[in-house]
Amino acid sequence: MATAISGLQNYNESFSGFEKAAAGRELSWLRELRKSGFARFSETGFPTTRDEDWRFTNPAAIAQTHFRLVRNGHSLPSKDELARFRVPGAGCQAVFVDGNFAPQLSTIGKLPAGVTVASLAVELARNPGAVEPHLGRYLDLQRDAFGALNTAFLEDGAFVHVAKGTIVEKPIALLFVSTAHDAPTVSYPRNLIVVEENSQLTIMEDYVSLGGGEALCNTVTELVAGDHSVVSHYMIEREHVKTYNVSTLRIQQGRSADVASHSVLIGGALVRNNVHPVLKGEGGECLINGLFIGNGRQHLDNYMLVEHASPHCASRQFYNGILGDRAHGVFHGRIIVHKDAQKTDAKQTNRNLLLSDTAQIDTKPQLEIYADDVKCTHGATIGQIEESALFYLRSRGIDEAAARTLLLVAFASECLDRMKEGPVRTHVERLVQEQALRMAVISHPMEQRDQKQ
Amino acid sequence: MSLLEIKDLKVRVDDREILKGINLKLNAGEVHSIMGPNGSGKSTLAQVLARRETYEVTGGQVLFEGKDLLAMKPEEAACEGLFLAFQYPVEIPGISNAYFLRSALNAIRKYRGQEEMDAMDFLPKLREKLKLLDMDEKLLNRSVNEAFSGGEKKRNEILQMAVLEPKLAILDETDSGLDIDALRIVAQGVNAMRNPGRTMLVVTHYQRLLNYIVPDYVHVLVDGRIVKSGGPELALDLEDKGYGTFEAGASA
Repeated sequence: MATAISGLQNYNESFSGFEKAAAGRELSWLRELRKSGFARFSETGFPTTRDEDWRFTNPAAIAQTHFRLVRNGHSLPSKDELARFRVPGAGCQAVFVDGNFAPQLSTIGKLPAGVTVASLAVELARNPGAVEPHLGRYLDLQRDAFGALNTAFLEDGAFVHVAKGTIVEKPIALLFVSTAHDAPTVSYPRNLIVVEENSQLTIMEDYVSLGGGEALCNTVTELVAGDHSVVSHYMIEREHVKTYNVSTLRIQQGRSADVASHSVLIGGALVRNNVHPVLKGEGGECLINGLFIGNGRQHLDNYMLVEHASPHCASRQFYNGILGDRAHGVFHGRIIVHKDAQKTDAKQTNRNLLLSDTAQIDTKPQLEIYADDVKCTHGATIGQIEESALFYLRSRGIDEAAARTLLLVAFASECLDRMKEGPVRTHVERLVQEQALRMAVISHPMEQRDQKQ
Repeated sequence: MSLLEIKDLKVRVDDREILKGINLKLNAGEVHSIMGPNGSGKSTLAQVLARRETYEVTGGQVLFEGKDLLAMKPEEAACEGLFLAFQYPVEIPGISNAYFLRSALNAIRKYRGQEEMDAMDFLPKLREKLKLLDMDEKLLNRSVNEAFSGGEKKRNEILQMAVLEPKLAILDETDSGLDIDALRIVAQGVNAMRNPGRTMLVVTHYQRLLNYIVPDYVHVLVDGRIVKSGGPELALDLEDKGYGTFEAGASA
């Protein structure tokens, strides 16, 4: 208990310093928003495993670490250092270093008419009227202490706006780089993505790290999908294995909006990915597709809260997990069907592949249905690589590591196939292929030794 | 030198001895058939030769072109030119048939120091083999064996054999579950591959397949031992009299 309180004391000092210097401090609504975030966080502190929503994930390591807040003014990585994180075929790439927009490293180029990709801090200074109606209006501070903390420290991140009736053909890439070296650092990226009525957008958040230090990335994205919009959102976590990443994607869907959320968790020591769509308008469709691949002692927690608030909406959750060594995965899929959301069609599937006896998965469906004419299904499976499949491939000349890689990619491909073909999917496929190869080799150190002898 | 020489091979599964000393010699270009009742050890022999590691070899030796086959991994045996057409082909969701075939071919080519084949060169070769087996090209883009009919699965095995061009092909009950039309097509595919450089070991319970793939030699396997060897006429004899006489002999 003593550690928890001294931990909060650090946040107190950090917040009072931040509040006085933060961008947009002259905006009273923003000051209030930050204060309400911090007040909520002070009330509850960090969650513990006694909280039902955190039963399988212990954030004590985050609560006990003294993270330093990184703001503007530190040295930036070079363009060359970031070269390997570029995504071929993307329409633009906005780069954020430790949460702060880095225009020198970004390639925004010429965007189609009606599309804005900017720094939230800049937008707050330039055009706060575009931000105010949405920022902080969707995230529920009561639900999650991390979201409250992000709101307290919100300052920069991406502001993306797509005007009514605009089709954005090339994907927009947001790259979040953490550069921690020595002392542990924290960043609070805050993204606001507003897609107006009848528009289409594909957007990717890509989290990477340079330097090998401990870091916490506590990120929140509010995504507003207007009536009849079509939006694909990708979240890719591939930071190194000393980082903590807690992310929340809060989606607000309008009438007949079609949203796909794809999460790919590959990196990080402790990762918690919250996806929270609210199907607010009638006839909306939401696909929540995820893939998590963990090794070593990685802990990858996928938490979903799907709220059906209107009739005739459909949601699909599909998550596949591959876990090796001592990795721990969590799938917590909660579906709430509100009283008026008749004719809801909600489906949830979680499939897992465990590559070792010490890998672990906790999978928990949670359906709360207050309407009486709905269709909700859920299912989960846990399996291993089948010896018969492995032998079949090997009997055709494919060596064991390659055969294992093929089977892992095949298992992952269920999720990859749900992504629309294009530059982002190609990018994800490459990452998954690389990770599968590493897993196939690492999860069988004995056989690797044999081959060397 | 024989292509394959099996000497006093003994194999055990879960404390039960399945093969109790098999001796067999196959020369290049020959087609041998192993016939036997259920549980006699036919499939065990086929799988051990393809190097499935779940079987425990307790004695004997197998030489494949003079090399110690029992020291090879499954992929090494395949790269050396051994092919097993499975009795129960495995379904592998998520890997397309075409990709699987090309990966297998390239793994073998790489082992032999040949250049890998790209999709452009590979496809015409594959189309030609498909025609031979009267297979629908759509099967190439489907996942390996997934939701294939029984006949499609068996044809797919022979397609793989046609692409990989092994020196030794072991056909494990390739006739099981096939109707007569499918059996004819499969047999025709196999016969098209018969040549002086290719040896085949056809494992079957029934004689019917041997009407279409006529072997040079027939061996009768009962209770883990080869109890009789002869020419193709032996198969017809078995069809008439059944395995009963041998089984009585084996236990005596």
